[in-house]
Amino acid sequence: MWFKKKGLTPTTKREVPDGLWLKCDSCGELLYRKELAKNLYVCEGCGYHFRIGAQKYIELLADEFNESNDAIKPTNILGFPEYDEKLKSDTESSGVNESIVTGEAKIGQHKIAIGVMEFEFMAGSMGSVLGERVKVLIDLAIEKRLPVIIVSASGGARMQEGIISLMQMAKTASALTYLAAANLPYISILTNPTTAGVMASYASLGDIIIAEPRALIGFAGRTFLHLKRGRDEEIFSTYLFIYFGL
Amino acid sequence: MTPVWLEFERPIIELEQKIDELKIIAQDEKLDVEGEIKQLETKIVHLSNEIYSNLTPWQRVQLARHPNRPYTSDYIKLILTDFIELNGDRCFRNDPSIIAGMGKIDGKSIVFIGQEKGRTTKEKIYRNFGMPHPEGYRKALRIMEMGEKFGKPIVALIDTPGAYPGIGAEERGQAQAIAKNIMAMCTLKTPIIVIVIGEGGSGGALGIGVGDIVLMQEYAFYSVISPEGCASILWKDSKKAEEAAKSLRLTTQDLLEFKVIDGIIPEPKGGAHRNFSEAANMLKQAILTQLNCFSSIELNTLVEKRIKKFQSMGMYKV
Repeated sequence: MWFKKKGLTPTTKREVPDGLWLKCDSCGELLYRKELAKNLYVCEGCGYHFRIGAQKYIELLADEFNESNDAIKPTNILGFPEYDEKLKSDTESSGVNESIVTGEAKIGQHKIAIGVMEFEFMAGSMGSVLGERVKVLIDLAIEKRLPVIIVSASGGARMQEGIISLMQMAKTASALTYLAAANLPYISILTNPTTAGVMASYASLGDIIIAEPRALIGFAGRTFLHLKRGRDEEIFSTYLFIYFGL
Repeated sequence: MTPVWLEFERPIIELEQKIDELKIIAQDEKLDVEGEIKQLETKIVHLSNEIYSNLTPWQRVQLARHPNRPYTSDYIKLILTDFIELNGDRCFRNDPSIIAGMGKIDGKSIVFIGQEKGRTTKEKIYRNFGMPHPEGYRKALRIMEMGEKFGKPIVALIDTPGAYPGIGAEERGQAQAIAKNIMAMCTLKTPIIVIVIGEGGSGGALGIGVGDIVLMQEYAFYSVISPEGCASILWKDSKKAEEAAKSLRLTTQDLLEFKVIDGIIPEPKGGAHRNFSEAANMLKQAILTQLNCFSSIELNTLVEKRIKKFQSMGMYKV
């Protein structure tokens, strides 16, 4: 729970039948699941956007979607302990084989190149496959002269791929220089949470940056800052970013 | 500077001290101890060969963070002439954890950028332990753009635990500053040489780390996360840093193998902190060699090659 505020937790536990009702992670409002889906997974009380998976996001956003470049898969470059197992279990639980799904889509009349990140897959971390998919997506956009939309949700670089993962920041940013040179627009959408390596590369570089209300956005992750400073994490949410003009 | 010795350095230091003692005694009492000294010296050579050829990744991390290791400001004094420091990002303030300016190396003028940790406690606080704020990255970019404008090559030294993760840094857009630097450095029309001289700490390092040539000093390391950070996130125990250092593959040899860096600059025996001037000389030679390679390259080709280089990084199954 990313925005559980102290003092807002109800003292008496209400008995609710499983699966019918849901409590807002941000304001604690009780929401009826079906109503929530109708409201596109946005809390009626506070406007908090629930975290939905990449597939769901594409469904909501695009009228047509053709996935491309889904053949490339992550590999354990460093021989990092427990990485293979983690990849396998996250592929099964999240239903995607990497933390980003990319392809061509149609929103109304507009053809676009789109990439949507999946937080459930290893906390949306950025590995080699993500870097390559973003690069290929941008190449495709340049070739077909399409605008690019990337929906981000990420905890940062993927430790298990070490330095190679860090270099994906440079890889994605360098691909964007070509997009800029081709005078094509790039819209970056930040969902909850977008931090660290992803925020310090392509997510920050949109011509237009749109963020979900109450999303955690920043350079350092919440746990890290919390440990270090013990301050309220909401300081790094969207509103503050607009306030500071970022 | 108070000398500090790491645990694995100790046997060598003890032998060296013994030699010094012998020399003093010999001088005082006019004894012939040459044979003994020779014997001890060969012992040192053997011992240090053994220790330094079998360094564990964690020991390398410790060497890279050695409190006596030469910093950017030391190298500026030792390899540059006529250095003029330029301050401020023209927006907010001057960030002392990045030193930027122009100077001459062997008569050639260059733009010189480097992260600086600071030696004394007072200096460390002033330099924020080498952890730059957004204004540091913006200053670096401002000076680098000047390098492009005036056709001067850029040399950037990396030595940081990471970009500063504080409230103020977030408010002023740490992520945005780093992202912008990375993107802008991709297309700067002037040669860029990046050298990791100590700690290469993640995005904080990459914020001034996109170059045509990326080199590392022998006992430096470059990683996506500090071994302590990795251990505490993955295993909830920062004491497992030694294990994490091994798993992260952050040594110079590993990085060369992954083609993330282009070369390794040798260090004096025992590490750069044992002999500043020799270390500086080796660094200077490496920079000069690279600068000569760039003298005939057309700038558009250079930029194209740089982008291609970073775009080819990554490994995956097809």
